[in-house]
Amino acid sequence: MSMLKIKDLHVSVADKEIVKGLDLEIKAGEVHAIMGLNGAGKSTLANTIAGRDDYTVTKGTIEFEGKDLLALEPHERVGEGIFLGFQYPVEIPGVSNLNFLRTALNSVRRYRGLEDMSAAEFMKLVRAKAAELKMDPDMLKRFVNVGFSGGEKKRNEMVQMSVLDPKLAVLDETDSGLDIDALRTVAEGINAQRRDDTAILLITHYQRLLSYVQPDVVHVMIDGRIVKSGGKELALELEEKGYADVA
Amino acid sequence: MAGTAEAQKQISEVTGDYKYGFVTDIESERAPKGLSEDVVRFISAKKGEPEWMLDWRLKAYAAWQKMEEPDWARVNYPKIDYNDIYYYSAPKKKDGPKSLDEVDPELLETYAKLGIPLREQEVLAGVQGSAKVAVDAVFDSVSVATTFREELKKAGVIFMSISEAIREYPDMVKKYLASVVPVRDNYFAALNCAVFSDGTFVYVPKGVRCPMELSTYFRINAENTGQFERTLIVADEGAYVSYLEGCTAPMRDENQLHAAVVELVALDDAEIKYSTVQNWYPGDKNGKGGIYNFVTKRALCKGKNSKVSWTQVETGSAVTWKYPSCVLQGDGSVGEFYSVAVTNNYQQADTGTKMIHMGANTRSTIISKGISAGKSQNTYRGLVKVLSGADNVRNYTQCDSLLVSSECGAHTVPYIEVKNPSAQIEHEATTSKVSEDQLFYCRSRGLDEEEAVAMIVNGFCKDVMQHLPMEFAVEAQKLLGISLEGSVG
Repeated sequence: MSMLKIKDLHVSVADKEIVKGLDLEIKAGEVHAIMGLNGAGKSTLANTIAGRDDYTVTKGTIEFEGKDLLALEPHERVGEGIFLGFQYPVEIPGVSNLNFLRTALNSVRRYRGLEDMSAAEFMKLVRAKAAELKMDPDMLKRFVNVGFSGGEKKRNEMVQMSVLDPKLAVLDETDSGLDIDALRTVAEGINAQRRDDTAILLITHYQRLLSYVQPDVVHVMIDGRIVKSGGKELALELEEKGYADVA
Repeated sequence: MAGTAEAQKQISEVTGDYKYGFVTDIESERAPKGLSEDVVRFISAKKGEPEWMLDWRLKAYAAWQKMEEPDWARVNYPKIDYNDIYYYSAPKKKDGPKSLDEVDPELLETYAKLGIPLREQEVLAGVQGSAKVAVDAVFDSVSVATTFREELKKAGVIFMSISEAIREYPDMVKKYLASVVPVRDNYFAALNCAVFSDGTFVYVPKGVRCPMELSTYFRINAENTGQFERTLIVADEGAYVSYLEGCTAPMRDENQLHAAVVELVALDDAEIKYSTVQNWYPGDKNGKGGIYNFVTKRALCKGKNSKVSWTQVETGSAVTWKYPSCVLQGDGSVGEFYSVAVTNNYQQADTGTKMIHMGANTRSTIISKGISAGKSQNTYRGLVKVLSGADNVRNYTQCDSLLVSSECGAHTVPYIEVKNPSAQIEHEATTSKVSEDQLFYCRSRGLDEEEAVAMIVNGFCKDVMQHLPMEFAVEAQKLLGISLEGSVG
């Protein structure tokens, strides 16, 4: 059974149709990449899956593990196991990374009918995750994304993903603005999240992330639709020939 | 902007639906309605005051009659009819309670509903080994319960109602009363001098660190009754005291007047920390009813190296007019003001501080966080004044405003008067709006909309909240709907 099933999706932002009839199915254990130029509707798709206000679905359906995703609030979608990695992670002054992570984790646990995690257990978990992703432990005490470099912000997204351990991670241009070392670390984070029971949707401009995270399926998105799908070799073809020729 | 509408709802849960709106049914004993010399005499007689106190009140009343209500604040309200107010209302009881057992159970019930912090409820319930917080509860106009007096007495700390202090320590009261806020200081202060009905007196002797935090709960109960409490705290040389003040008032359609005066005196090397959580009834969603909160709070850092720190979390009242201030007279003295003011619906707050630098090497810090929602107006008004004789003064001021709705207002009115060229004055101000990006970021990490707003507001207020004593911070966070920041790690 597909984990994520999108059928004939149409999405408008401020009355302008951006996604124009998109179909996509992702199964557990798979990594999909959606590639496309700016304005193709990639980020709109990611935000719609996560449930952002102002992204109006005018037609079509999104099912997640058989549930109607569009009927759920953003936080409920997180509870169901969806994570959106942001292209531009947002700063929250005055709120420490630790407090943010703990509140997020406990909100998700409560949604799933679990007890809050004890402070000690939580600290153990977060320290381990930060170490895996080579994050300086001091970053955990800093305010969420405030004064972080581009690479630090993306690494922070990976730590959040790792702590929340989603079934489906939608990563919106997580590779943009990273130097090669940061790109490797982020890729390691993504690969660590890659399991038989999880799925990952990478949204990217470039092929370079895909050298580190090998996708099972690559989709080409142009003007609100997926125009072509194929294996990982499609990404290389795109890099060589450009979008116009491949599509 | 659906997200912001939700944010609005969150704020309204903090400030809008007032959960303390209950009325305790206790027969109260009132002065005749209105204000006259006779009413002043009535109050003085009720309190069993000596002649000098009555004279003092009558002089204040005469002065008040010649004064005019100030109109410079950015607040609008219908003209107050000072003859349509009851100035004294006491729960009826033959003698004052000697112990908590004698306190009317309905009063205790009221305290429970007020959400007086657990620690203090334990204290009130006499739980063994409960933490030490001394409570002096002012129910309408009379102090009804004072705990821990004996233990404080051992330390030499005097903590009692101001009425008792006038009878038992007249010399001390005479020496310090109105020494910080003169009778004619302002219209509302003069009114308070004439009719104040009760309040708190604290004296911490030389070198004594007060063994517990002192706490007073004010509450306005009877209809149409202004509460005019008077607080006087004196920290002698090298003394330290932390004082907590919490306020709630039941829900009433009509507006109630509250005009308190708080005076703090810190002698050489003394320190006073004064924390307030104010959640008086703010009026309903349409701006009907609510408390008029016209308060004069001022500290005199009289001695060298003395320190006074005001921390306030203001979420209540229909109209607030309040500027807790520090007169930094002693060389090397320090004044601090940390404030969170939340306004919603039709609330109006004009609040801030004055730091008057008279002594050399005096320092002051002002951190103000204003959060406006609904159609409210939230003004920071502050004065930093450096007199010519005050060398090497330092001040740092930071005023931040957070807008939650698009119909509210945030205003910052800083006055800076410097007459000594060695002063270093810094002023920073920001105004921002809760952003859709921040809200969505939090929600996409599993927080529901309320939690998301609470988290963002919590972060915004962090610089102030961390100055509250722990048990008060918990209460304040409840008020702001915020989970405790920094409890981990």
